[in-house]
Amino acid sequence: MAGAALRERPGPLDYLSRWPIRAWLWAVVIYLYAPLVTLMAFSFNVSKRNIVWRGFTLDWYKAAFEDSDLITAFGNSLTIALVSTLVSVALGALTALLLWRFRFPAKPALEGALSLPIVVPEICMGVAMLVFFTEILPWPTDLIWPLNLGAIIISHISFSFSFVAIVIRGRLASFNREFEEAAKDLGAGEWRIFWDVIVPHMRPGLLAGALLAFTLSLDDFVITFFTSGPDTTTFPVKVYSMVRFSVTPEVNAASTILIVLTVALTAVALRVSGNAVVAIEAGEGL
Amino acid sequence: MTAPKTIIRFENVSKRYGKVLAVDDVSLSIEEGEFFALLGPSGCGKTTLLRMLAGFETPSEGRILIDGEDVSRTPPNKRPVNMVFQSYAVFPHMTVADNVAYGLKVDGVAAAERARRVEEALALVKLEGYGARKPDQLSGGQRQRVALARALVKRPRVLLLDEPLSALDAKLREAMRSELAQLQEKVGITFLFVTHDQDEALAMATRCAVMNRGLLQQVATPSDLYEFPNSRFVADFIGSVNMFEGRLDVDEPDHAVVVSPDLPTRIFLDHGVTGAHGGAVWVALRPEKIELHKRGDGWPPPVLEDTPSGCNLAPGVIRQIAYLGSESIYEVAVEGGGTVKALRSNLTRRDQEDFTWDEPVWLAWHAWSPAVLLS
Repeated sequence: MAGAALRERPGPLDYLSRWPIRAWLWAVVIYLYAPLVTLMAFSFNVSKRNIVWRGFTLDWYKAAFEDSDLITAFGNSLTIALVSTLVSVALGALTALLLWRFRFPAKPALEGALSLPIVVPEICMGVAMLVFFTEILPWPTDLIWPLNLGAIIISHISFSFSFVAIVIRGRLASFNREFEEAAKDLGAGEWRIFWDVIVPHMRPGLLAGALLAFTLSLDDFVITFFTSGPDTTTFPVKVYSMVRFSVTPEVNAASTILIVLTVALTAVALRVSGNAVVAIEAGEGL
Repeated sequence: MTAPKTIIRFENVSKRYGKVLAVDDVSLSIEEGEFFALLGPSGCGKTTLLRMLAGFETPSEGRILIDGEDVSRTPPNKRPVNMVFQSYAVFPHMTVADNVAYGLKVDGVAAAERARRVEEALALVKLEGYGARKPDQLSGGQRQRVALARALVKRPRVLLLDEPLSALDAKLREAMRSELAQLQEKVGITFLFVTHDQDEALAMATRCAVMNRGLLQQVATPSDLYEFPNSRFVADFIGSVNMFEGRLDVDEPDHAVVVSPDLPTRIFLDHGVTGAHGGAVWVALRPEKIELHKRGDGWPPPVLEDTPSGCNLAPGVIRQIAYLGSESIYEVAVEGGGTVKALRSNLTRRDQEDFTWDEPVWLAWHAWSPAVLLS
């Protein structure tokens, strides 16, 4: 009986059983997700204006799929994101390994330089890329797809690989050198040790880095805006130009597809990597 | 019986880290089938010596031979030794069976043969049926068994163990001691282990090397280390000891007498002391070798049959009693301000009541009990 009485009074860490805290929680949830839900809901709206609800329709999705410019931009975005993710994960992993494993004179300089793309304002990066691709490495605009996306891909890699390297570097810091020594003791050479012991340990970091690079690339607007040409529009840039004329539910529909796609991809990636614990570990690496 | 064959030889091995001499001119031979312990306080160089044998460090000077072959420059993956790491280093992303099979896989052993040997190794460490588990589903003790199986499956010439029991809790540690000894007997492989725990070394090893500050202090069987230490460091490091500094007053071939300011009486020894040159000597006396006798009215001084009366009999007063269940440790104040520790086994259920605080007692010991140390 005494136990039951005790249980009714919330303990010091039982925050969620106190109503003010609970109200606060819901306020945060609504604040964070209401805009997204509204965006998705109005993509099914009959009305052309995102103000009043006039009935359910899928017409805007149809319109979005028939808008060849939008589809091209969407395809471009996915291609750029995919390629830049692959390259920046490879580059980032190698950079992280270099910084973790070796001592060399330029190491502090390289470590500092690595965080530059993260701290430099995006607008400056964008302008720098614009200057670079007009003055130093003019990227031909008349190449066939997807080679014409090269300039955007290169600029995306240049900032996302830093994030990847820092995530993986963090993960490597938790590596117990005895694993490596154990593998060597059992007869493995350097190459086998790398693939059998070090890469498996890096895996959560690789995955977190890849997710980061993919989403950074997919929703980047500023840098892409400065490096994209008339035929190489990406989805965010295209949406921006559409919004400048009018916000139609077509934009909502396209955005909804993008949201669903990224959420699904993240879920799949987490599934493949094992479980949520891995994601938490990768988070600790940060 | 064939003569024991030397399997490992350290020849004047030194290891320098910058100006620090971690291992200082160590020469040591280990024989086939031994269960050998490298014992010493942390930072004494024992782990460095083990790592040099495994190949993770290269000696700055000297040679290391395994089966007569110089391996000083051989990389770890080419040496016929395997190691059980202090953290066990069981690969977390592989199953138990994959962990054990790893060394064989690297060596290119065929799959069928591999499976058979893994099965065998797991049985050896009593982990049958655990092959499909992941390391995070195992207890610390089981992980250690995996590490053992993983090293033994390669049939090394020597198995190296780095602080094998330090990560286990007290009960498990004791069980593992005898199990390791049994395992070693069963597989017949030479075991070399590093430990800072003297109990562990005494309990498991057939022979121990005691190290201090990079130097090899003494190499002997556990009982010789305990009973016949060759230096103050070894006497003090192994077990508990009463140390009396003094000088030799009499030194004849069949007896000697040491006078120490720490004791009111002279210390009589029933043997001569060789190698003493008039300098300071130290007499090391283990607490369990001292008997306690009642002193005072109605209690005549004890007479020890083999001890010339009056020699090794010192009066004192009990100042402190530590009751440890199986035994009690009495701290006895003697004239001159020193304290002497005496250990008494509680052989009956009333033994601890025999002596009490502030009781006058006689300390008595045989003439052959103390070890005389010159350094």
